[in-house]
Amino acid sequence: MTSLLSVQSLAVRYGPIEAVRGIDFDIKEGEIVAFLGANGAGKSSTLNALVGLVPVASGTVTFEGQAITDWPPEMLAPAGMTLSPEGRRVFGALSVAENLAMGAYAIKNKNAIEAAWERVYSLFPILYERRDQYAGTLSGGQQQMLAVGRALMSGPKLLLLDEPSLGLAPKIIGQVFDLISLLRDQGVTLAVVEQNVAMALEVADRGYVFASGEIVASGPASELAHSDALKSAYLGGE
Amino acid sequence: MDLLLQQTVNAFALGGTYALLALGLAVVFSIMGLINFAHGELMTISGYTLMYCGIAGISFLLAVPVAIAVAMIAAVLMERIAFRPVRNSSAATMLVTSFAVSMILQVLFQNFISTRSQPVILPQVLSDSITLGGLVIGLNKIAAIVATVVMLVFLDIFMKRQKTGIAMRAAAEDFNVARLMGIRANTVIAGAFALSGMLAGVAAVLWVSQRSSVDPHMGFLPVVKAFIAAILGGLGSLRGAVAGGFLLGFIEIYLAAFLPPEMQEFREPIGLSIVVVVLLFRPNGLIPAASLKSEKV
Repeated sequence: MTSLLSVQSLAVRYGPIEAVRGIDFDIKEGEIVAFLGANGAGKSSTLNALVGLVPVASGTVTFEGQAITDWPPEMLAPAGMTLSPEGRRVFGALSVAENLAMGAYAIKNKNAIEAAWERVYSLFPILYERRDQYAGTLSGGQQQMLAVGRALMSGPKLLLLDEPSLGLAPKIIGQVFDLISLLRDQGVTLAVVEQNVAMALEVADRGYVFASGEIVASGPASELAHSDALKSAYLGGE
Repeated sequence: MDLLLQQTVNAFALGGTYALLALGLAVVFSIMGLINFAHGELMTISGYTLMYCGIAGISFLLAVPVAIAVAMIAAVLMERIAFRPVRNSSAATMLVTSFAVSMILQVLFQNFISTRSQPVILPQVLSDSITLGGLVIGLNKIAAIVATVVMLVFLDIFMKRQKTGIAMRAAAEDFNVARLMGIRANTVIAGAFALSGMLAGVAAVLWVSQRSSVDPHMGFLPVVKAFIAAILGGLGSLRGAVAGGFLLGFIEIYLAAFLPPEMQEFREPIGLSIVVVVLLFRPNGLIPAASLKSEKV
């Protein structure tokens, strides 16, 4: 398998605070990769830096063999990589259909857009039923579906999901992870930041464990599940 | 009763003009968090365009679209030259920049045109009036109301049906997420300025139609009123701007018409007190913006 995304010594700073300290990782085509670790470990900062929402302080990011380190966010969706941000952040004052249409904003090919509508509405029939409703009136689970559906409208090769299960009912969380597996079967590569470690490692192929802005462990999901590094990353200490 | 109806027509005409101006401020504010006090100078530019068209003998019907187009171009240039370099700065920096742009333009008008008020040639028909069931209504008032309605309908269609309009609404609510969709910051911001210029241009035509003159400070007062209207409606909310504009128009006209003569000199403070009372009960305005909690550019 070839690397779809590869990252070398990526660092992110917020003023004097170093949120990510020179990490390396790669994501191969067709994988589900889980980013694990406690709050503030640098997982979200990493995803945001990949899509250009926060500046990369140093390091390089390569996507499909192309250096995208300093690309602004608006160039990444057309290139095939997008982020569904933490907290869903659907456009509450836009209808469901308008949210989805915005997801395809950067796509010029009419047939591709048509196919994206069909794909998203068949994945999430509830979004079709509620297409004229304001997104702000949807339930949390439906908003999460909309956030993922909106990201899918651009037909991404690599989809970054930041805390997709956050704040959802346990029953809905199961659906979110089923969806992640299903998307991989449809050929999407996924990187998922998750608090729900057990479920993340269940669907993921590999994982990276973050602590204080560094990657402290990595490996196949099945091995990570029992690793001490993972436990200490959440409990603190060595 | 007739007086009430008469004043209601006036209130709609004035409120509509405020609404258009407040909308222009709101469109830009909702997207980039800038309160553009140079919005008034867009009006003034439009007013001078009308004046020069009149001098050049261009018919008013042609001068109006020219004046609106000039305001749009001026708005886009304003963004390009003055506001783009400070786009990611604090709200205070942008606010001060807009004051600077406003003052520079006023000085340019004074030095290169005139410090004094210049007459604008208007078609006679605008000062005519018609009698409608006992009401005498100036055609300029009718024109103001019709123009406001046309602009509001146009804007509603643009914001709901056009891809760029929907993108502007999305960007107003959450700029970063909009960028993730591939919506370019430059596109929506330039679009917002063009739209605000158009609204300022229409408002300028209506404003000049009431007073048939233009001076370097013409835009200042209406934009302060529009700012109050935008706050009253909910800063950054388009529907709020319209509601605030009309409410302010009604407050001003009704106070002028129905306040006892000995209290007329307190008209402005009384009007503003009403605004304050409304804000006490609705601190985020009549119709708060959707983006109230999400971050700006």
